Amino acid sequence: MNINLTLIGQTITFIIFVWFCMKFIWPPIMNALNERRKTISDGLAAAEEGQRERERGRSDADELIEQAKSQAQEIIAKAEKRGSEVVAEAKTEARVEGERILTAARGEIDMEANRAKEELRLQVAQLALSGAEQILAKEIDQKSHEQMLSELAERL
Amino acid sequence: MPVCESDDTEHFADIKVYDMASNGELTASGYIKHHLQNLTFGNHPENGWSIAHSAQEASEMGFMAIHLDSMFWSIALGVLFLLVFGAAASRVTSGNPGKFQNFIEWVVDFIDDNVRGSFSGKNDLIAPLALTLFVWILLMNLMDLVPVDWIPEAAKLIGIEYMKVVPTTDPNITFAMALSVFVLMIFFNIKNKGVGGFVGELTLQPFGKWMIPVNFFLEMIGLLAKPLSHSLRLFGNLYAGEMIFILIALLYGSGIVLAVLGGVLQWAWAVFHVLIVLLQAFIFMVLTIVYMDMAHHKH
Repeated sequence: MNINLTLIGQTITFIIFVWFCMKFIWPPIMNALNERRKTISDGLAAAEEGQRERERGRSDADELIEQAKSQAQEIIAKAEKRGSEVVAEAKTEARVEGERILTAARGEIDMEANRAKEELRLQVAQLALSGAEQILAKEIDQKSHEQMLSELAERL
Repeated sequence: MPVCESDDTEHFADIKVYDMASNGELTASGYIKHHLQNLTFGNHPENGWSIAHSAQEASEMGFMAIHLDSMFWSIALGVLFLLVFGAAASRVTSGNPGKFQNFIEWVVDFIDDNVRGSFSGKNDLIAPLALTLFVWILLMNLMDLVPVDWIPEAAKLIGIEYMKVVPTTDPNITFAMALSVFVLMIFFNIKNKGVGGFVGELTLQPFGKWMIPVNFFLEMIGLLAKPLSHSLRLFGNLYAGEMIFILIALLYGSGIVLAVLGGVLQWAWAVFHVLIVLLQAFIFMVLTIVYMDMAHHKH
């Protein structure tokens, strides 16, 4: 129960132990704790960020799909419209072509008919001429009537 | 001559008590006194530097003596603390902690929480100081739970007369720690507030500058009461606890019925004492933190 040198001894011991603890024990353990705390909070933040990223990705994808759908709709509508247009155009073209062909055919027919008429006229003239020749073989000089006959043929 | 004679007889009486103790037929008060006596090595006026063979001799040594048992257990337990925590600190990892590291971290975290809660300044000393005090005092207090006769009887076998195994029942130990904290407190007070600030705190409150002597008187009492209450609280609690263990141990020599009762009582008191042991270590640590906080803040 006496106060004596033990007081000094214990004080020195105390100082040495506190110094040792402060130098070699507290800092490494505290560092490790803080480091782990930081790792965990970083991990949590990263996880949250990942979650947000995923949400964003999903909404982006949804938007893209929506857009693609509407675009597809648009394209289909356009294509349908274009198709009907093409059909209408083709119809018109066909009609025009048909008309053109018809006209050309008509012209050809007319021309053919004219030519046939001409030929027929010439043949008739020749036939008439030859008939007349035969009839008038003896009495009519071919040369003197040729003029008259060609005039006749032209008039036909 | 007569003085010398009386001295001799007293001395003789003490030796007789001790002899009775070794023969196993000692008185109750002799047993208690023997248990409360430290193993003292010091400068005896007659025998020179020697180990005291009685309480009388120990007190005659005055200040120039050291309690070998208190110092041994104090240092041994402190070294145990440093070894265990040092082992944890040397292979601490910020990755997945093992069971051992987890336990150490739990303790460190507990101290850190307390320091953060009570200490608002910035000082790297406070937390290690609190950790050392808490674990060290806890270990020293826990020695109280070792049955009171085990270690002293074992020591007697190797020729050591006295062995007090609970360092915190030695006022030297508690005063040394409380005074160290007190010195630190004054040091940080002056460091943070300047001599003027510290003196001002001691003299200008609570009644203002016209009552400086009264203020100083009151504040001085408050200041000096701190280390006193700090150390005596720990010492008193542990000393009383130890005393009760010793008293209970007395029952073992008084017949089978009382011995069984003593066994039950010792167990019950040990269970209750675990609380005191923990609580006193905790209180000592918290008070240290609070004193340090007061030294870092003007109020």
